[in-house]
Amino acid sequence: MSSKVGNPVGRAVDRTRDLWAEAPRWARWVVYLVLIVGAVLLPSRAIGSIMTPDSDWPTVLFYPIGVYILLAIGLNVVVGQAGLLDLGYVAFFAVGGYMMAVLGTRWGWSFWEILVLGTMAAALSGVLLGAPTLRLRGDYLAIVTLGFGEIVRKVAENTDYIGGPRGIAGIPHPPNLSRFEIFGVRPLRYGVLDPRPYYYLLLVLIVLVIVFAKRLENSRVGRSWAAIREDEDAAELMGVPTFRFKLAAFAIGASIGGATGVVWAGKVISIIPNNFPFILSATILAAVVLGGSGNIPGVMFGAFLIAWLPERFRGLQDYRVLSFGAVLVLMMILRPEGILPSRRRRAELAEGGGGSGHLGAEGAAPAASPDPGTAVATR
Amino acid sequence: MFSNFVNQFWPATVDGLSLGAIYALVALGYTMVYGVLRLINFAHSEIFMIGTVAALFTVTKIGVSAPLAGFSLLGMLVLLAVVSAVVSGGAAVVLEYVAYRPLRRRGASRLAALISAIGASLFLQQLFALTVIPRLFDRPQEGGRLPVQSPNWVERSDAISIGDFVVRNDKLLIVIAAVLMMLGLDQFVRRTKLGRGIRATAQDPETAVLMGVNIDRIVTATFAIGGAMAGVAAALYLMRFESTNYFVGFLLGIKAFTAAVLGGIGNLRGALVGGFLLGLIELYGSVLFGSEWRDVVAFSVLVLVLMFRPSGILGESLQRARA
Repeated sequence: MSSKVGNPVGRAVDRTRDLWAEAPRWARWVVYLVLIVGAVLLPSRAIGSIMTPDSDWPTVLFYPIGVYILLAIGLNVVVGQAGLLDLGYVAFFAVGGYMMAVLGTRWGWSFWEILVLGTMAAALSGVLLGAPTLRLRGDYLAIVTLGFGEIVRKVAENTDYIGGPRGIAGIPHPPNLSRFEIFGVRPLRYGVLDPRPYYYLLLVLIVLVIVFAKRLENSRVGRSWAAIREDEDAAELMGVPTFRFKLAAFAIGASIGGATGVVWAGKVISIIPNNFPFILSATILAAVVLGGSGNIPGVMFGAFLIAWLPERFRGLQDYRVLSFGAVLVLMMILRPEGILPSRRRRAELAEGGGGSGHLGAEGAAPAASPDPGTAVATR
Repeated sequence: MFSNFVNQFWPATVDGLSLGAIYALVALGYTMVYGVLRLINFAHSEIFMIGTVAALFTVTKIGVSAPLAGFSLLGMLVLLAVVSAVVSGGAAVVLEYVAYRPLRRRGASRLAALISAIGASLFLQQLFALTVIPRLFDRPQEGGRLPVQSPNWVERSDAISIGDFVVRNDKLLIVIAAVLMMLGLDQFVRRTKLGRGIRATAQDPETAVLMGVNIDRIVTATFAIGGAMAGVAAALYLMRFESTNYFVGFLLGIKAFTAAVLGGIGNLRGALVGGFLLGLIELYGSVLFGSEWRDVVAFSVLVLVLMFRPSGILGESLQRARA
């Protein structure tokens, strides 16, 4: 890819981005406000009948859509910002979920306490995984994280205290904050029937996490991540403590995954180890890459598509996963940099792969590129 | 726990080696593709699955009336291995052509290729569960997800028996076949022109092109060879376990990739070492801690090994050393 975008979608995206960059502060706040109001009105029946005619729209909005979006933002910190390939991200989601289940059923803690503690526990497990393994590069890290994901699932399966393969049932809901009612919704009353309060809880969390991730991206930490992603050796030589920042990326990504797990477990009543298969890690990674890794709106859009499309086409039943696989291949062929890549990421991808590198034998293939812009040496 | 280990030592060793032999053969496909393209070919596990289905279909169609022994067993095994090697090799080439080549042409990142691989893997699994397995084995649509049993075609007997040390014929055959295939492949890569091309591309694709290597041909050959090895592994797997299903490749594929990394990815001999080692670790681990901890032990050892040897036991010798 040369850095100039040829296709109409890319040009439209670029124009929007320029407009956004020049927009005054108040205009941005108006957009934020419109987006948030839109998100609040999203679970309405009218929208639902278009989006998912075959299943309950507010339920789908919570899981998978909301959960996938939050997980994707968390994984984006690790994969998109720090450029570390994590194939076992679901492990942190599992840590959060099991914290909620165990502390909620056995110890009688309340949801809000567990939310804090579960987030911290997940961050700690990220550090525990990262400390011995983050000195590994690229694909070695990928297989180790994949192994970690499987280890967590298997340990949950084999430990009787947390229910073994049958998991834990009877997980308490969050306590009701108030019976306040507006337009027929009680947004702070967490019952069994209405999924909307959980969706709003997730929405608040998503907004907080976006603000947090966005601030990080523009901070010293974010710049260090970009440096590590682009060239780890150079970053190290320039005095960036790469190991420490990689560990931080792992911990932050993990804590977001853990928080998502707590909220999710607070709604679903029972969890089993098979709720956390490898394929979920792969799906979230697919969401990040499909949306445009490194760019939060892109990642959210990718997660939305990946969560929503299979629900929308429930009519296809068994062929959903089949078509999902085919769509992944097709999307990667048509738009390997993702639907909405960040500009910086796109430039990195064009010249060196940005942390993940190119396929070994690509740039060199004789017929590889009629366009001189893409024929540059890869290293 | 320890006396149990002493009692179970020889059976666990034999089982571990025969399992490890299958890991090693599948690991070859991962390691070769990784060496040339730096790509974790996630769909390779499905190539293995396709091989087991092809072998099962062949043995069902031939129709074995009684379990085979001696040379007729050997002959059947060779036939199945050839059939599934051809089918798997072909499938791997098609996979490369459809799911990876367009990405290479566009200079996509390896992350994109990884996602494409995961997509292809899902697609192939479902394709087999929904249409191929039901059609081939005359099952109703919903039966495609259940395991398919093969006719009982292997007469199992003890090939070697010295005191406690007993080796069953099928396990012995698996180990011998795997080692022979590895030796053959090793010589092929070392001595032939195509093998030299593969090594050159793995070392430095740009220079290889300048020296007149046709990269596309090399990549096709790499996928074909890796697929064929997975096909042989599939025939051996079928002889040992006599059943398959659409999901059979998943865990085995992850294990095989682990084996490749354990031995040093990109390194053919590393795949052999890693495969056997992983097989042994799993079996010893399940004797010591109980079989439900087998996968946990395997992955924990992987983490431990990588902590001390960050590029595997034998290192990455097929390709350039990378930082």
